[in-house]
Formats: sequence, C-alpha cells, structure tokens
Amino acid sequence: MAIKEPERIWWKPYTWDEKFWVAVALLWMLTTFTFMPVYHFIGKQNPPFETYRVRNPEQFTALVDAMVEKYKVGEEEGIPVVHPEPGSDVFLQASMWQWYPILQLEKGKTYRIHVYSLDIVHGMSILPINMNFMVLPDYDYVLTLTPTTSGEYHIVCNEYCGLGHHMMVGKLYVK
Amino acid sequence: MEFRTCSFTGLKIHKPAEDLIKWNVITAVLFLTLGGLMGLLIGITRWPSVHYLDPTYYYRYLTLHGFDALLVWIIFFEVALVHFTSAVLLNTRTVIPSAGWIAYSLMLIGAIFVNITTFAGKADVLFTSYVPLKASGVYYTGVIIFAVGALTAFGHFFANIIQAKRDGAYKHSLPLGSFGMAAASIIAVVTLAHGAVIMIPTLLWSIGLIKYLDPGTYRLIFWGLGHPSQQINVCAMVAAWYMVSAFVLGGKPVNEKLSRTAFVLYIFFINVASEHHLLVDPIFSNWHKIINTSYVMHLAVFASMVHAFAIPASMEVALREKGYTNGLFEWLKKAPWGNPAFSGTFLSIIGFGFLGGTTGVIAGTEQFNIIRHNTFFITGHFHGTVVVGTTLAFMAFSYLLMPYIFKRELIMPRLASVQPYLYFIGVSMVSIGMMAAGALGVPRRHWDITFSGAPFSFTFDPSVDMFLSIMGLGTLLAVFAGVIYVVVIIGSALFGRRVAP
Amino acid sequence: MADEERKIEEQEEEPIPAWQLFYDNIMLLFFFGVAVPTLVYTVWGLMEIVQIPDLPSYSP
Repeated sequence: MAIKEPERIWWKPYTWDEKFWVAVALLWMLTTFTFMPVYHFIGKQNPPFETYRVRNPEQFTALVDAMVEKYKVGEEEGIPVVHPEPGSDVFLQASMWQWYPILQLEKGKTYRIHVYSLDIVHGMSILPINMNFMVLPDYDYVLTLTPTTSGEYHIVCNEYCGLGHHMMVGKLYVK
Repeated sequence: MEFRTCSFTGLKIHKPAEDLIKWNVITAVLFLTLGGLMGLLIGITRWPSVHYLDPTYYYRYLTLHGFDALLVWIIFFEVALVHFTSAVLLNTRTVIPSAGWIAYSLMLIGAIFVNITTFAGKADVLFTSYVPLKASGVYYTGVIIFAVGALTAFGHFFANIIQAKRDGAYKHSLPLGSFGMAAASIIAVVTLAHGAVIMIPTLLWSIGLIKYLDPGTYRLIFWGLGHPSQQINVCAMVAAWYMVSAFVLGGKPVNEKLSRTAFVLYIFFINVASEHHLLVDPIFSNWHKIINTSYVMHLAVFASMVHAFAIPASMEVALREKGYTNGLFEWLKKAPWGNPAFSGTFLSIIGFGFLGGTTGVIAGTEQFNIIRHNTFFITGHFHGTVVVGTTLAFMAFSYLLMPYIFKRELIMPRLASVQPYLYFIGVSMVSIGMMAAGALGVPRRHWDITFSGAPFSFTFDPSVDMFLSIMGLGTLLAVFAGVIYVVVIIGSALFGRRVAP
Repeated sequence: MADEERKIEEQEEEPIPAWQLFYDNIMLLFFFGVAVPTLVYTVWGLMEIVQIPDLPSYSP
C-alpha cells in the first residue's frame, strides 16, 4: 500500500506486462530525444544561438541609425522603412513600445538579423507565421534566416513590457 | 504525547501535526479563492466579447493570479502534505511543531506582503518580474520571506523522517506516499535555493544597493525557481494519486520497484526542464538546450509514463479484488464515481496526462518551441498540468482530509460529488481554448489582441474569437465549480457534522 | 515460539538488494537531486553566459 511501509524486500523482478510497458516507454522516449539533435543537423528550422554581449547600448543604436540612413526607402507612421543589402547584417531594435525600423527583405536571400532591446525584456513574435524569439537588453541575438514566402508580416511583442505592451506592433516586408 | 486514532484509517494522528495540516489546508484554500477570483477577472478580460478590465488592472490581477494560484495555494497545500506523509502516515509525531508554525507564519507574512504591494500597484511586474522591470522592494522581500518559510516547511519533512526512523516508525523504506513527498521536498530545496540566489540580489537592486543585474542571468536562475516549483507539484500530485488509490480503493502499487524508480528519475532529472523557458533566448548553446529541455534524454518523461501505467493498474487490481472481474472494464464501470476524492483523482490523471503533459513535452522541444514560445498555447499547457492536474488532485485529496484530519463530514455531499466533473470540464475548456488560440499566434500576457492604439494592427484568424470564447465560458464554469469547492471545504471545516471519534 | 523467532531472524538476514538500499537512502538521493540540476542546468548555463563574446564592430 502506498500508505504503509512495504515488505522488507520489495526489489523484485518485473512482470511481463511491466517489462513490456517499460520497454515501449523507454524506446519511445529515446526516439523522441534522439530526434532533437538529429533534426538539428538535418532540419531547416532551429533556434539560432549566435549571441553577443552589448556593453554599451549606443553601440547598437549607432548601427541601427547607420543602417537606416544608408538604406531608407520610405516611412510608415513615422517609422522608417529600410531595404538593406541582401545577405547583409540587419539591425532591429526593440524598446517600449516600438519595433524599429521596418525591414524590407528579399525572398530567398539570407540575412543576419540582429535583435536587441534598449530597455527591458521583449518578445518578438512574427505573425502570421507565428515564429517567436526572446529579445533581451544587453544581448544581441543574431537570427540567421532566409525568408521563403513574400508578403507583409507583423511583429508583435509577446513578453509583458508595461502598460503599452499591446501597442508594440511592428512590420516586416518580404518582397 | 497527544495521539488519537483515526476511525477511518486506523492511523495514529499526532495533535500538533493535525493542527498544522488544518491551518495549512485552510490557508491554502483561502489563497485559492483569491487566486481564482483574479483568474475570473483576467479570464473574462481575455474573452474578446467581454474584455472586462482596463490594462492596469489586467496586468495587476494577472500578477496576483500567478502568485496566489500558482505558488501560495499549492505550496500551503504541499506543506499540509509534508506533515501528512512524514508524521500521520508513519503513525508518528511531527518534531518541533514550533518550527512548523514559524514556517507557516513566514509563508503567510510573505504572501500578504506580496498581495498588498501588488494590490497597491507597486509591483505590476507579473509573476516572472524579469529584470530590468522593477517592483517595489517590499514585493521581493515578500517573495523571499515566503520562500524561506517554504524552505523551513520542506526541511521539516527531513527532520520528521529522520526522527521517525529513530523512533522505529518505519524500518527500512518509507511508504510510497511519503517517498513521493520526499522527492517533492528534495525538489523544493533545489527550487527555493535558486529562489534565494536570485531574489536576494534582485531585492538589493530594486532598493539601489546593486547597480546592475544581468537580465540573462536573471532568467536562467529565476527559472531554476519558477519551473521546478511546478515539479514539486508533480511529485506531490503523483504521491496524492497513489495515496487516494490506497485510501479509497485499498489499492497498492503493483510494483514498488517500478513506482519508486519513477520517483528517483524525477528527483534526478525533472528539474532541468527549467530550460523550457530559455529555448528561444539568446545566450545558451544548442547542447545546453537539448540536454536540459529533454530532461536528460526524456528520462523524467519516462518516469511519468511509468506512473501513468502504475496508478491505473493499482486501481484496477484493487477493484478486481473487490469482485468486479467481468470483462475488461467492469472494474472501471463500478469504480466509486460518486466519491469526489476518487473522481477528482481520476480526472486529474487524465487531464494531466493528455492535456498538460503531452503538450508540455511537445512545446518543450527546441524546434517546436519557436512556434509556441510565449503564445497562449503555453498558458493552455500549464493550465492542463497545474490546474487540471495538481489543483484538482489536491482538491480531491482535501475531500479525504475532511473526515481524516478535520473529523467532519462533508456538507452538501451531492454538490461535492459533481464538483470535480464541473471543474474538470471548465478548466479543460480553458486549456483547450488557450492552446488552440495560441497555435494561431495569440500571445500570452496580452491585454488586447486587437492592438488598439498601436501604429499597425494585425488581425488574427477569425476562429481565434471562437477559441477565446470557449476559454471564457470554461472560465465561468471552472469558477462556478471552484466556488462549490471552497464552500464545501470551508463549510465542512466549520459546520460539518462531527464524525464519531 | 523460540523457533518462530529464530525463523524471522533468519529471514531478516537475507540481504537487502543494493538498489533498494540506495532508494531508501533519502540523503543520498537528496545529494544527487541537488547536484544534477545545479551542475547540468545552472552551472553550465552560467558558464555559457560568462563566455559570450562582445559585439564586434560592423560597417553596415
């Protein structure tokens, strides 16, 4: 009984049904586990892990400003739209409550998108494809990605960041 | 020494242990009431056609809902289980009852600090309080005092079992129920130690004594507190499942070795699942993510699969021994479905396994996490584990504690016997509604998914409205069943007919 | 009576399997329960945090 001390020796062999279940469960678990690293090598979508520490926020802001100045092609709601060189390093900055700037990417080209937060922790949710990444202050997270479908995407913040959290919506274009 | 013999179980019950269990259970239920009320308010705010609260109160009550329902209710109840399994179940005493009362007072004071600060609007930082989001120092002080109290309470478990062995209350092995709570207590120590390591610097930072706190380190160590605190629940809940099976049906574990091995795997490996929160963070390497998120090769998930086999098997064996042997399923048909302790436990097993557990393992896979992280899916997942699983299991167990510990019969037994079903259906609707909406990208912790006031607006798939309405209706049903529970338990504790001594 | 007692004593002498002794040793389980997550999750994680390189300079 689960409520009484068991007999003196309870370390006994399993019965056949227990053995069967343990074997099935263990095999199942090891398979699902093995698939994680395997998919890491054969899969096309894995969480990126390239990160740099940002000692000085101005260093990142300067990179964003330089990119905006050089590649600006328009403006929406006061936020610049930039069309950076395909295959280049692209910078996206989160702050309360804005994604800056609006990126215009080209389909089939690979970009290194650096995301960074100026103030507190934010969450980057690219909709409607529903891809999500954390954006932390003091860390530059490099998302190496290749857009495969053209269209208009939105970036919604999905980590609580104060009262204006629900107003933190940005845009992303793939042409 | 002051002992009495329980007329139902034959257990010898130590008076101080009995008092500690009573007070911890009642306090737990009061905080569940508060947490549930907050749950109602935020639940109907996320129901688009109601959208009840304004953002300030939405985030404030969300903070409180997390703290009271996820931490305070559950840990107070677990402390009651600590005394139940380390003293009552062993027919022995709780050592140094005053330590139990100190732990109780600290937890209560800490919880009150946090609640008052949050109600006063000085801590709208949500349960996770990610730095550099800053709350008042009183908030962190409250969390630390609560954690110290809880650590003392779980420490009590070890003191009790050491003394019990000296007193000859058990010879070699703890009963399985106590062994499960031993696993819970070990995990609790890891959890609360992480809490102390991160909350003390955060307190110093919030009052200005420390200039800088690294947000990445905070997230790493905070989740060493935040996720394992749910693993304490898993162990305590599984221990409660085994105990209910034994008390209600006379079931015994089909194989002690199998069940204990599963608990040992929990002790070793389940805590590393804190990584689930960090899968799409910068910083950590893929190997750190893979090894940790898989609970070291899914061995802790394997443990859950073992319990999923062993507990229904113990119920089946017990019911077959009662003579329900016709066909494959007569035992299931003839199970005591009208007994809320049994039905609550059974529904908790089903809900935890199918709604909570499986979705957690899926969303905790590195690659899947990209399309699930911080969406409403995650909220749906842990309402499956913590609410359908743990909360329902503890509700079921408290129906047993009424006659055993409070020496009272249940008031309104009819209502009590339908309560687990209503609660199960309600919370399952919440969980499923959330998961479906989350799969379509709806974020968690978000006041307005129509993005009013934002420069750009995104429109979700129209079916999201339906899923969120299912969640809203489920919230109402779950709260209704929650009210029944609170009325029955508090009412029985105060006014229930006394059982014969 | 004496015979029965002797019989019980003989039974008692049957050694308890090592694994069972391990499972019954709560303090040993406690040690592993604390050590495994602390090393595999926390310490490893902290090591990775301190090893993160600084942001290099770019010319966009």
